[in-house]
Amino acid sequence: MATEDEGPQSRLRRSLLMGMAAAPFAGLLPKTAFAGAPATSAINTTGLAVTDTEVTVGILHSVTGTMAISETGSVEAEKLAIQQINDAGGILGRKIKIIQEDGASDWPTFAEKAKKLLVNDHVAAIFGCWTSASRKAVLPVVEQYNGMLYYPTFYEGLEQSKNVIYTGQEATQQILASLNWVNKEKGAKTFFMVGSDYIWPRTSNKIARKHIEGHLEGCKVVGEEYFPLGATQFNSVINKIKLKKPDVIWMDVVGGSNVAFYKQLKAAGINLDKQLLLTISVTEDEIDGIGGENIAGAYACMKYFESLKNPNNEAFVSAFHKMWGDKTVIGDVTQAAYLGPNLWKLTAEKAGSFDIDKIAAASPGIEFKGAPEGYVKIHDNHHLWSRTRVGRARPDGQFDVVFETPDLIEPNPFPKGYQ
Amino acid sequence: MFGDYSFSDLGSIFVMQGFAGLILFSVFVLMALGLAIIFGQMGVINMAHGEFMILGAYVTWMTSTFFQAHLPALFSIYFFIAMILAFLACGALGMFVEWAMIRHLYKRPLDTLLATWGLSLILQQLYRTVFGAREVGVELPQWMMGSWQATDSIQIPINGMLVMAITLLITLAVAYILYFSSWGRQVRAVVQNRVMADAVGINTERVDRYTFGLGCGIAGVAGSAFTMIGSTGPTSGQLYIVDTFLVVVFGGAGSLAGTIASAFTISQARSTLEFFTSGSMAQVMTLLAVVIILMLRPQGLFALKVRK
Repeated sequence: MATEDEGPQSRLRRSLLMGMAAAPFAGLLPKTAFAGAPATSAINTTGLAVTDTEVTVGILHSVTGTMAISETGSVEAEKLAIQQINDAGGILGRKIKIIQEDGASDWPTFAEKAKKLLVNDHVAAIFGCWTSASRKAVLPVVEQYNGMLYYPTFYEGLEQSKNVIYTGQEATQQILASLNWVNKEKGAKTFFMVGSDYIWPRTSNKIARKHIEGHLEGCKVVGEEYFPLGATQFNSVINKIKLKKPDVIWMDVVGGSNVAFYKQLKAAGINLDKQLLLTISVTEDEIDGIGGENIAGAYACMKYFESLKNPNNEAFVSAFHKMWGDKTVIGDVTQAAYLGPNLWKLTAEKAGSFDIDKIAAASPGIEFKGAPEGYVKIHDNHHLWSRTRVGRARPDGQFDVVFETPDLIEPNPFPKGYQ
Repeated sequence: MFGDYSFSDLGSIFVMQGFAGLILFSVFVLMALGLAIIFGQMGVINMAHGEFMILGAYVTWMTSTFFQAHLPALFSIYFFIAMILAFLACGALGMFVEWAMIRHLYKRPLDTLLATWGLSLILQQLYRTVFGAREVGVELPQWMMGSWQATDSIQIPINGMLVMAITLLITLAVAYILYFSSWGRQVRAVVQNRVMADAVGINTERVDRYTFGLGCGIAGVAGSAFTMIGSTGPTSGQLYIVDTFLVVVFGGAGSLAGTIASAFTISQARSTLEFFTSGSMAQVMTLLAVVIILMLRPQGLFALKVRK
């Protein structure tokens, strides 16, 4: 008998003690925590993994294989965002629990793991994919099982789905403003394009070529070259560039080839202080491998640089370094990956629900004022309104921002006249 | 395509293009030499060749970081020390691998393909765990980057010339070791007739171990040299493996001269085609030509006559 009496008493005492211990921190919690979290049955009508205290999400990136080099930063940013959200009280009164799966740089594996996350784990959202190929593999899965994917990478466009939020820029957002800039500010007229041979560079260069030849007065493309993924020898194309003497070298070579290209460009005596080079494939992450001294002077068109001066970014950069070490750098995609969990939180709070259909419907118009890149907003087509920026690479591996569009640029994944 | 250019412009481009071809040739020879020894002399299909090269690159990276931190005065010459260390490290790992794995598989050459492929995956993941998934930037002394201004319009990359010099040195050393030293005679004897070599008192096990170690060590030097022109990451080795096998198979296994001739043919074909067409097309046409020639001459350009 005595033990039965003691039970509830000690439980009461414990919860009282915990409440007292928590009191000093209560001021830090957002208001919703006091209002009492909404009932699980109300915010989850479709059987997602939501309990009274937890909501489960998936992170699906490659942590092994070729792409691990690029996707590591995205995983780090997503985990940081989720931790920050949890520290601030979670979403709709629930803490976020992460299930991480490894896509292993293999596209069928991505599809399989996405299915596992949706069918077995019933995750409320997936933050993941990096290459277009992995997204294309996952897309039919999230559409069939009605999941929600937050995709961080800048990509070629020509896609839109109810089940995907694209937090990176599509091709026109990245390309058009920077071409206008190099034409107006630097007086560039001739362009030589060098890219890796797959869908993203080819589509991007097609858009760039249409813009150069159709919309910029007196400009032309004097060369367009593609190299197989992983190519390491660029001396011949560098000689061709020397022969054609273009005003701008336009680059979208990816991966290890980037390192080889810039090292050989420098060794060939092309001085990036005199030769304009505009790249859409080099972020702070890539410079780590290329070496700042080999690429200093080149211009990159992105929407985010680690060196951006604004309070959001300063907080983000210091939190990121605190969590992942001072030596890690933050590239464009890493920042876009950080937006994913934050946008999802805002959307769920607006929708008052974790249901996928309600999240999809509530997404357009969601504004995230705390984004490191500055204010962003979700468009009806599930891409983000964002600014385009041009940065100039410094020897220390960071960029000086030399240009940013005054307004947010509208995402236009199906640009008319550019296909 | 040359209508708009002046004669002197074209002249300098052709000189520079000639050097581009020679540099590519040196790169091919350097990366194929180690494999030519292992595949050619021992018949082992070493799929982990690229990973041995990257180990050399990582050793170079570690040496450069060490010199920057502790011996900045000697930074300008660290590269040569790094190369020696890369040779030793890769050679040691190679001998260990030979002892632990390869020697059990000499009678099953196709299984070495699978085993070494597995080894390459293990090494890649090991690099990823130890050095991180991101690529590392190997900082080079200032004098090694940049170009030599031969005339007003001709610039020759200094790192390219260094690769050429290293290749020449290593090739001469390997030729000397294989064809003029007594150890080289033992290696060739084992290749030609293992049982007989054993019978006349050659320690074939030791010869095998050192041969494998030498091949891996040279791969390490190649990897170290390639930090000047390429990337250093856990999977960078994969970028070289296809070209390496192409050169060795096309040249005819077991022949040093064949490897060199094949590297020369492929590199010249590719760099010329790259200049007149484009990167991807050049690759396609070169591979097509190699396939056709191998159909006509399955044993490769130069084949060693071995008693079967």
